Amino acid sequence: MTGDTASARSEQSEPRSRERKTEPAWLESVEGRVRPVVRAPATVLSRPAAEVDPTDPAVVRLAADLVATMRVSPGCVGLAAPQIAEPAHVFAVDVSAHPKTRTCHGTFALCNAQVVSATQWKTGREGCMSVPHLTGDVRRANRLVVTGAVPGSGRIVTVTTDGFEARALQHELDHCAGLLFVDRVAGPHAIYARKVYL
Amino acid sequence: MDELAITVVGHDRPGIIADVAEILAQLALNLTDSTMTRLRGHFAMTLVCAGGLDPAAVEAALAPLAAAGELAVTVRPLRPEAAADFGGVQHVLNVHGADRLGIVAGITRVVADFGGNITDLTTRLVDELYVLVAEVDLPSTVDLETVTGALREAAEALGVEASLRPVETDLL
Repeated sequence: MTGDTASARSEQSEPRSRERKTEPAWLESVEGRVRPVVRAPATVLSRPAAEVDPTDPAVVRLAADLVATMRVSPGCVGLAAPQIAEPAHVFAVDVSAHPKTRTCHGTFALCNAQVVSATQWKTGREGCMSVPHLTGDVRRANRLVVTGAVPGSGRIVTVTTDGFEARALQHELDHCAGLLFVDRVAGPHAIYARKVYL
Repeated sequence: MDELAITVVGHDRPGIIADVAEILAQLALNLTDSTMTRLRGHFAMTLVCAGGLDPAAVEAALAPLAAAGELAVTVRPLRPEAAADFGGVQHVLNVHGADRLGIVAGITRVVADFGGNITDLTTRLVDELYVLVAEVDLPSTVDLETVTGALREAAEALGVEASLRPVETDLL
């Protein structure tokens, strides 16, 4: 996100690559710690998270911990604070290395994020580090506009995205609302056993 | 003409479905509705066949599959039934939480008390986590919020999360 409004970037103008990514400014001033990821049925995963003050240094450290934990977790494209046992409305996302990604905003974190608009609903399969042995088919918006506050500055940004990044954002927003993908799987035949978490 | 209910349960290996289907085809039995899955690693298949053969003869034909003691095969006659239609509205019920005795009993009793008919159900236990997902036909006269409230109360007593929502069907 480069301004108050981060518009969708096209695949042509922004090829996917970890190398092109720049670190968010707030992340340069703090070193995140890798935290244990809690698993369902932990209560913290099923309760709505509390709104936070994005300018609070503790919230910036929390966001940095989320990024650090996400980066050491293979296949992880997003992590919300309840997943590291913090009932706070903060999450981090980075889908830049995922093959399904179209629009991509690199590594970013949002506090107190809300959905502005969600359209073009599609069903897709997803998993979760907090439910490591199952995957499920979940209906998510393929086009999404979300607003939230940047850790540190507290600046309100709007993220307009689609495809896999939109799915990841909705998954993390659900965590902040106390919901897991198993709350949303489409039916009895839409839940699958998974042997290992990638 | 009677239908046959066939169950095959036991140690999973590649080829069980092919073996069963082949024997049924040789007997000219028409494999109609069926479901197969793995339950805690066990192969589990239930199917209904039309063909009017003696159940004992079909069980005998399938007996070689059970000979090694790794699969249990049963064949029972069924009277054909018209597709039951309770005229309800289709919903999906999602439940998850820490495993304990009585989750399915407690939740499905609430559904039954409202006249809801469960048409499909899957449960999974992974580590400590118990997950139940069901399709439920609810009578159109039942108020969704009332059912949801009763489910929430039962879920709270069981220490699990429960949600119920109407199925969105897009006809294309």
